Amino acid sequence: MRRGAGLAGLLVALAAVPFVPARAPGILPAPLNAPGTLQLLALCLVFGGVALSYALLFGYTGLLSFGHALFFATGAYTVDIALSRWQWPLLPALAVTAVVSLILPLILGAVALRVSGIAFAMVTLAFAQAGSILAFSNPGRLTGGEEGLGLVVDRLPAQLVGVVNTRYLYWIALGYLVVACLVSWRAVTSRSGRIWPAIRENELRVEVLGVTPYGYKLLAFVIGCFLASLGGVVYVLLAGGASPGITTANLSLALLLMVVLGGTGSLWGAVLGGVLYEYLDFRLVALAGSPGIHALPRWLSVPLGEPLFILGMLFILLVLFFPGGIAGVPDRYRFARAPKRRLLQGEEGTS
Amino acid sequence: MSTVVLLGVTGLGLGALYFLMASGLSLTYGLLRVLNFAHGVFLTAGAYTAWLIVSRVGGNGPARFAAALLGALVVGAAIAAAVEVALIRPLYRRHIEQVLATVGVALALGALAQGIFGADPRPFPVPPWMQGVTPVLGAAVPNSRLVTIAAGAAVLGALGAFLRWTRWGLIVRAGVENREMVQALGIDVQRAFTLVFALGGVAAALGGVLSDGYFGTVDPARGTAMLIYAFVVVVIGGLGSIAGSAIAAVLVGLIQQFANYYGSVWWSFPSSGDLAVVLLLVAVLLVRPRGLAGGA
Repeated sequence: MRRGAGLAGLLVALAAVPFVPARAPGILPAPLNAPGTLQLLALCLVFGGVALSYALLFGYTGLLSFGHALFFATGAYTVDIALSRWQWPLLPALAVTAVVSLILPLILGAVALRVSGIAFAMVTLAFAQAGSILAFSNPGRLTGGEEGLGLVVDRLPAQLVGVVNTRYLYWIALGYLVVACLVSWRAVTSRSGRIWPAIRENELRVEVLGVTPYGYKLLAFVIGCFLASLGGVVYVLLAGGASPGITTANLSLALLLMVVLGGTGSLWGAVLGGVLYEYLDFRLVALAGSPGIHALPRWLSVPLGEPLFILGMLFILLVLFFPGGIAGVPDRYRFARAPKRRLLQGEEGTS
Repeated sequence: MSTVVLLGVTGLGLGALYFLMASGLSLTYGLLRVLNFAHGVFLTAGAYTAWLIVSRVGGNGPARFAAALLGALVVGAAIAAAVEVALIRPLYRRHIEQVLATVGVALALGALAQGIFGADPRPFPVPPWMQGVTPVLGAAVPNSRLVTIAAGAAVLGALGAFLRWTRWGLIVRAGVENREMVQALGIDVQRAFTLVFALGGVAAALGGVLSDGYFGTVDPARGTAMLIYAFVVVVIGGLGSIAGSAIAAVLVGLIQQFANYYGSVWWSFPSSGDLAVVLLLVAVLLVRPRGLAGGA
């Protein structure tokens, strides 16, 4: 009960952000309710939700997919093509995006899940590569190739257009995160959801108990990928279009980084990881472009000017020294006095 | 006819490049069960080391290219061994974490290469003897393709001989079959791990130097691009099998080259070869989930 009240309070606080003109010097460049800040916060919320969708696959069910960006990009490009190329109204565009976002993971998952472990990772990577090639090669002039596809806003409701209306987009992003959390929570507390961690820990034992893991894995895959596509739709509205950068392996790897940052296996950790990663990425890009960096000697300015270098290094350090991520911090504190038990836990989760 | 020959030789050259990467990936997977995402970085390191040496050393003789090649191989081996010792070994047996650590290396060093050398490809001074052409069955085949194919075949032969006839090769083969048993017999498998990583680094760096000659440029994004196809080759060939990787590499290189050419001629769709490779992967997985060499 207390937890529910706390979450409701957090939700109200987040929803009220567009009305708070507070400043956070050093953390945010502009007031909290400035359009730029709201857009950054909205992007953070979207990637919190997308990281959660990936955590359902990787952290929760143990499906190491390297192609999650494909499904994010599917949502983004489908809705963008329907709105901007075919000039459809919003609702039919959303409907066709929903259908595509369900069918594609169903087909690709059915094929990819014929193999498991590392081979599954490589197959999903290859699928995503195929999608990326399609987006870059601009078949039938649909995707706009390397330039991407800007969103044509003629047919959108007026509230979704223009810098002054960023707060509506912020609320949509918040709504998406809430939906992603509710769906994930419903999924992991269902009967299938209880089998997912069992598959992650020991798939053979699940089979011996008379349960065929294939269908459960496919279900986790479809739910996770569908939520990612939904995030892609919100992203297109926020970013004002789809660019082929979101189809590349780098986004899949970034999602992996978000989940590990939050703590593998923890769903709320993944949300925090996604929010934090997006924020860090934004700040690091700003840092790379700042004049202070260019004044540094070259051996310092070159690595610090590459956000991915810093994030990659951060990732290595996390894996080596903080395998529990953010979600593991309370456990570290709790088990600090009983090192033996922690050791046993660590062995258990990594086999 | 000459188009078909040219496409075939070019495809074989591409296959040789894939094999140079896939052989190391496959061996490290077979022995350590690690999917090494940093493998593309080894190729990039080799490619840029060769470029740095070539653009700093004067003259245009074979000695310059030999120096570049040697430097690239040493750097490739050193980086690969460093990754194994610094990241793979501390995370011993935690395979997912090992994969994640190599992902971090791939992201960080890939970004570093881009930061140092710029995001755009740069021209590579290809030696004149490599730029010339040789007539093969009526087609004028660029020598760089032939050199690449010869290098791929030589590495295949050398790896085969190493695995078959040397003591370390025996340990590696035994380790791929059953690592615990090899350890139980009192053999230091740890050193075999480092060795296999370093060999993979050498092969990938060689691929990097040859890709400089093959494409005529040096490109920070090539490591990742080649890595994805090398993964496809490894899965099609069967994880852990060198022979399977070789067959799959030739298959993938040829299909990609032919489909790219005829796709752009017939349907003006130049990426069709890349898609054809993914379709081939799907087909192989549906029929033989464990790859060509892995049995049904």
